[in-house]
Amino acid sequence: MAEKGRTVLTGVHFVNGDVACAEGAMAAGCRFFAGYPITPATEIAERMARRMIEFGGIFVQMEDELASMAAIIGASWAGAKSMTATSGPGFSLMQENIGLAIMTETPCVVVDIMRGGPSTGQPTEGAQQDVMQAKWGSHGDYEIIALAPSSVQEMFDLTIECFNLAETYRAPTFLLADGFTGHLWERVVIPRAEEIKTVERKKPSVAPDKYIPFKPDEDLVPPMACFGEGYHVHVTGLTHDERGYPKTVDPKVQYELVKRLCGKIRRNADKIIRTYEFMLEDAEVVVIAYGIPSRASVGAVKRAREAGIKAGLLRLVTVWPFPEKQVEELSNRVKSMVVPEMNCGQVVKEVERVAKETPVHFLPKIGGEPHSPSEIFEVIRRAAKA
Amino acid sequence: MTNLQEFERHPLANYLRVERFPHIWCEGCGNGIILHCFVKALDELGANMDKLVVVSGIGCMGRVAGYIQCDSFHTTHGRPIALATGIKLANPQLTVAVISGDGDLFAIGGNHFIHAARRNVDMTVICSNNFNYGMTGGQCGPTTPLLSYTTTTPYGNIEHPFNLVHLAAASGAVHVARWTVLHVKRLTESIKKALQKRGFKFIEVVSPCPEIYGRRNKFGKAIDTMKRYREIAEIRHGYAPSKAEITSEKIVVGEFIDIEKPTYGELLQGQFMRFNKG
Repeated sequence: MAEKGRTVLTGVHFVNGDVACAEGAMAAGCRFFAGYPITPATEIAERMARRMIEFGGIFVQMEDELASMAAIIGASWAGAKSMTATSGPGFSLMQENIGLAIMTETPCVVVDIMRGGPSTGQPTEGAQQDVMQAKWGSHGDYEIIALAPSSVQEMFDLTIECFNLAETYRAPTFLLADGFTGHLWERVVIPRAEEIKTVERKKPSVAPDKYIPFKPDEDLVPPMACFGEGYHVHVTGLTHDERGYPKTVDPKVQYELVKRLCGKIRRNADKIIRTYEFMLEDAEVVVIAYGIPSRASVGAVKRAREAGIKAGLLRLVTVWPFPEKQVEELSNRVKSMVVPEMNCGQVVKEVERVAKETPVHFLPKIGGEPHSPSEIFEVIRRAAKA
Repeated sequence: MTNLQEFERHPLANYLRVERFPHIWCEGCGNGIILHCFVKALDELGANMDKLVVVSGIGCMGRVAGYIQCDSFHTTHGRPIALATGIKLANPQLTVAVISGDGDLFAIGGNHFIHAARRNVDMTVICSNNFNYGMTGGQCGPTTPLLSYTTTTPYGNIEHPFNLVHLAAASGAVHVARWTVLHVKRLTESIKKALQKRGFKFIEVVSPCPEIYGRRNKFGKAIDTMKRYREIAEIRHGYAPSKAEITSEKIVVGEFIDIEKPTYGELLQGQFMRFNKG
C-alpha cells in the first residue's frame, strides 16, 4: 500500500502522552502496530488504529499480549518497524516473547505505561513498578534498553529514540513511562519530517551465499536480512550458531551467544545512555529521579536552593542500561543522594550498588499519588543536615 | 563414471537445508513424510522459495522450519500463528505456512489458532497430529484419545480430545482437510490446493509416533500403524467436520471445507483504498 497520508504531523499540538507516543512511533517509521486494550495504554492503540491507515501502515488488534508481542516480532522480520504498547498485566504476558526478541535480535519497540500492581492492581493510577521487570522479566541472561519519559514532548521524542536504538542494536527497546506521563496533557512540538533523525537497521552487504545471519560486525551487531529478500534466514529461539542453526548442548556456543547479546548493549552503554543534569555543578545533595517524580524534583531542588541547600538533580532519561558512570562520578563528590520513586525501591537499589559509601535517602510512593515537591524537599533538607 | 554426488542427490534436495540432516525425528515418525509432501507440493507448484516463509512452534514438528530452504522461524511454544500473522500482514507478498504439532497449535497455542482463523489471515496451517507430546517424552495433550496411556495419564486419559477439523471449521477456516501420512499423494495435492488458495487454510495430518505414544499404547511398529490407517481410514469429501471423528475404529479423512471469504489483508486493503479515495 502506497504512502499518501502524513506520517509526521508537523506543528504544535495539545495531546496526552499516549497520543504523543503513537505520533512519535509513526514519525520514527513505525509501520506495524499490534496491541491489546489495556488501561492506561489504550489511547496508543486507538491513535494507531485511526492514523496508520492514512499512509498504509498496519494496525491489528490481537487476541492477547502474547500474540501482540509475537506479531511485532514477525512484522519486524518481514521488514517493518514495529511496536506494541501495554501496561503491567500485559507487560507480564509479553515477557515470553520479549525473550524471543532478545534471542533472535529482533528490532522492535515495547511501550509500557506503568500502573500500580501486583496483578490487576490500579488500572487507572500511575506507578513505576515495572522497572526491574523490564530488566529481568524474561528468563535468562540479557541486557535491554529502556527510556523513561517525563513529559508529553518526551513521549514523542523518546519513542523515536527507542526505534533508533532498537534498529541500531537489534534489540527490543522499551519506553518505560508511568501512567501519569501517559495520561498527561501537554504541548508537544512535532518538527518537520526532514528534521527528525531516524535510523534503519544494518543490511547485509554480501550475496545470500556469503551471508552468515548471526555473524556480528565490530559493534557486535549482525547485519539483518529480512524475510522475502532471498537470504533464506533461519531464526530460532534456541541457542544457535552464527549460521542461525540450533546448537543447544555446546557450552561454547551458548557462552559466545549470550556474551555477545549482553555485550552489544554493555559495550555501547556510553553511546546509549542519556541523562539530564539540573544544578549539579556545585551540588552536595543530589536527587536521582526518572519519569513523573523528576518533575516534582525540579521544584524541590529550586526550593532547596532558596533555602540555601546546594541541591541538584540527575534525571535518568535512560534507565537501562543503568547510568553507572554518571551516578558513580556523582557519588564521589556529593554528600548524599535522594531517590524518589513510585515503587517500593527498584532504581534506588542500583543507585546504592553504585554509590557505595555515599548515603542514599529513599522516598518511595505507591498507591497512585505522585510525589509533591515539598515531600522531596523535606528529604533533601534531612539529607543536607545528616 | 557419473558424478556419484550428483547421482545421489535427492530430487527435492534443493528445497531442504540438507546440511542439517540427519533430522531429529525417530524412526517411523510421520513428520518426515509430512515434510516430504510439503516440499513435493512446493516443487510441483514451482514455488518461489525466496517468497516463502515457514513458521513453526516447539515440539518434534517444530523443528521442521529449520529443515526447509527458505526464510523460516522456529518460534516460542504455541506462538507460530501469532508470529506468522505479523509476517503476513507486514509483507503481503510473502506466502506464509505454519507447520507444527497438535500440542503446540491446540493446547498452548489454541487461542491464536481460533483467532487467526476467525480473522481469516492468509496462511496455510499444517498440523502433525500424533496425539501426544513426543519431544518431552509422551505426555497427554489436547488430541489424546479418551482412555489412552501417556506419561501423565498413567491410568488412562480422562479428558475428551478436540476434533481439530471441527474446531477449524467452527473458527472460520476457509479450507479444512484431514489426511494420514499414509495418504502421501492426496496430502501433497491437498497442500498444493491450500497454498494456492487465499485465506486461513487448515490441514490436519494424522501421524504415527511409534517410539513414544505407540509404544505405550501397544500399537506395534510404525508399519503396523500405517497398515491400520489403511484399514480404518475412510475418505469422505464434504463430510460435516463435526462428524468427522477419529476413533480406534475409524479415521474420517478428506477435504471437508472449501469456501470463499475475504481475507483480513483484502479487507484491510479495501479499507485503505476507500480511505484514500480522491
